[in-house]
Amino acid sequence: MSVAVADGALLRALRRFGATGIFLVQLLAQCVPACARPRLIVHQIYNAGARSLIIVMLSGVFTGMVLGLQGYSLLQRFGSEDALGIAAAVGLLKELGPVLTALLFAGRAGTALTSEIGLMRATDQLTAMEVMAVDPLRYVAAPRFLGGFIAMPLLTAVFDVVGLYGAQLVGVQMMGVDRGSFWSQMQSSVGFADVKEGIVKSLVFGVTCSLIAVFEGYHSEPTAEGVGLATTRTVVASSVLVLLLDYVLTAFFL
Amino acid sequence: MALSESAHTAPAPAADILVDVRDVHYAIGGRRIFSGLSLTARRGRITAVMGPSGIGKTTLLRLITAQSYADRGEVLVWGHEVSRLARREVYGLRRRIGMLFQNGALLTDLDVFENVAFPLRQHTDLTEELIRELVLIKLQAVGLRGAAELMPAELSGGMARRVALARAIVMDPELLIYDEPFVGLDPIALGVILRLVQRMNQALGITSIVVSHDVNELATIADDSYLIAEGRVIAQGSPQQLRDSDSSMVRQFLSGSPDGPVPFHYPAPDYFEQLLAEDAS
Amino acid sequence: MRPNRTLEIGTGLFVLLGLVALFFLTTQLPNSGLKLSGTKPGYDVTAEFDDIGDLKVGAPVTLAGVTIGEVTGIHIDKQNYEALVTMRIEPKYNDIPDDSDASIDTQGLLGGKYVGIGPGGSETYLKQGSRITLTQGAIVLEKLVNKLFANFAGGGSGSSSSSASSSAGSSGGSGAAPGTGRATGHSDSASAAGGSSTRTH
Repeated sequence: MSVAVADGALLRALRRFGATGIFLVQLLAQCVPACARPRLIVHQIYNAGARSLIIVMLSGVFTGMVLGLQGYSLLQRFGSEDALGIAAAVGLLKELGPVLTALLFAGRAGTALTSEIGLMRATDQLTAMEVMAVDPLRYVAAPRFLGGFIAMPLLTAVFDVVGLYGAQLVGVQMMGVDRGSFWSQMQSSVGFADVKEGIVKSLVFGVTCSLIAVFEGYHSEPTAEGVGLATTRTVVASSVLVLLLDYVLTAFFL
Repeated sequence: MALSESAHTAPAPAADILVDVRDVHYAIGGRRIFSGLSLTARRGRITAVMGPSGIGKTTLLRLITAQSYADRGEVLVWGHEVSRLARREVYGLRRRIGMLFQNGALLTDLDVFENVAFPLRQHTDLTEELIRELVLIKLQAVGLRGAAELMPAELSGGMARRVALARAIVMDPELLIYDEPFVGLDPIALGVILRLVQRMNQALGITSIVVSHDVNELATIADDSYLIAEGRVIAQGSPQQLRDSDSSMVRQFLSGSPDGPVPFHYPAPDYFEQLLAEDAS
Repeated sequence: MRPNRTLEIGTGLFVLLGLVALFFLTTQLPNSGLKLSGTKPGYDVTAEFDDIGDLKVGAPVTLAGVTIGEVTGIHIDKQNYEALVTMRIEPKYNDIPDDSDASIDTQGLLGGKYVGIGPGGSETYLKQGSRITLTQGAIVLEKLVNKLFANFAGGGSGSSSSSASSSAGSSGGSGAAPGTGRATGHSDSASAAGGSSTRTH
């Protein structure tokens, strides 16, 4: 019995995975014609990006400050407090920045996307578009996907910068690390490869989170309950995939 | 405005038939929806499709607009078998069809004006002034020109449906499909919609397919009626012909009696046995 | 849809902010030489070292443990292949004797390098463009170990090494000589090893 259940669940997961892949291909095909209406994309960049800015900045500052505190207390044991800049920069750029921003994005922008599209599905708006010979993928899904994809690296960069200043706030202002050492050590130890790794990660996470959010909304059950379930699935799937891809990408870059 | 009875029995010339559904079989997930459904919608007439809830009336509309394809049988719209159409041809087909959804299905982030203008903006290159004129004309036809600035959330159900109707006719379609247009409306709004459906048909010559289970309302405007039950057409003809039918299913449906071929009781074990069994335990 | 002005402005601001942040990350952080901070007030002095270790631009310059400036430039002197370090000293520390020495030390155990100034006794002071002549390069751990083994292998006095005494005050002849740099007058007890040579520029 349990084998059959596991089989069913596994099969379902496989099917969903495959459906997402097919959806991605169809969606990407519609992204190019969707650029013919930049206003829609601008609107979605606002929804996904500008609206997430406050939460990203807040989280960035506090993450940076925690990094500063923890990093300082650790490095102090070796008398290397001035390496705090390196620790904060590398930690933020390569890991905390992309991953935390992606998780925040999934929670705030991803759920908004999913519920919005799910509601359009439930109120027949998507069907109406189809009947009006407007491809909902092109008019609804693609701009939202592009908006999320464009917003993610920008949000990550803001998170990183704000986090660095948070770390500096704690390290230099509060703990007395030398400001010059903080920045100079960071600048000489952080290579372009680290920055590049962070940007690549944020791009991959952008695709992942936006795709999942749009997919779940598009394929949700057209009921109020269905939309709620889809929203939950978005957060869960995005989070798991982001962390999994983070490992893969980190290994890839090493 | 029903035509004379004899017009229904004579076969119509092919050019006169806009939608021809022939012996369609369709099942979803093991559940059989249609088994041998056949009906036609003739040019310039109002065709009513009636039946109990859940019988698949909306599915029928999806077959006509090529959103789903029949397992067996043919669906011909303007003489074209829809399942054989390429994607672009399907979109071309849909541009000649206007559809009114049960809840209006207006785009919630656009105001009334933009909703009606939506098909024009998507499919035509008309200038802004022309679009504005067309939209205002259509809104005037449904009596909502003054509501052009409102958002869909601010409209009542009846008003939303009228806006959706304006949107459905903005591209001057030859075929209009109404999916349950009378559901949930108060008598006044209902009368308004009824009159609009009739006006579209009479004044603009638009072929109309109305799916509903509001038998009495439909009877006042329909030219041809089809009653669908058990996955196929069980009665067709003019409203009067339906009333004269001797099928018990038709009679139950038209009279609205709670029990008949569509039973009142959901299948259950014997009543006394169940009652007594619970007592004993 | 109707153009929503505030929405478009908001989006533009957001995108601008993101791009600025990206720009900052890609240009300021990696050691590309671009620096954003403006020049601080003060006067520049230079010093040459034979090995600066991993001293970086921006590292602090201290005197008696107090930060008095920072390293602003690191170059190579083509004539003698030594590292030429430029330092900017804050204007209020304008009474440093011009016979002071500069050594490159390590913060803590594993920390970064910094420049420590040891005051001399001269009556003239460092000013813009002055050159500190007495210098001691960074103590590089590997060379220290190599010297140790070389001394053990040589089995003799510290004279086997080309340079002489240590700065860390090691007494005894065959003590390991961390002679990466030349000894300075700064290390008194080093003379016990005999023959401290001072290099002047």
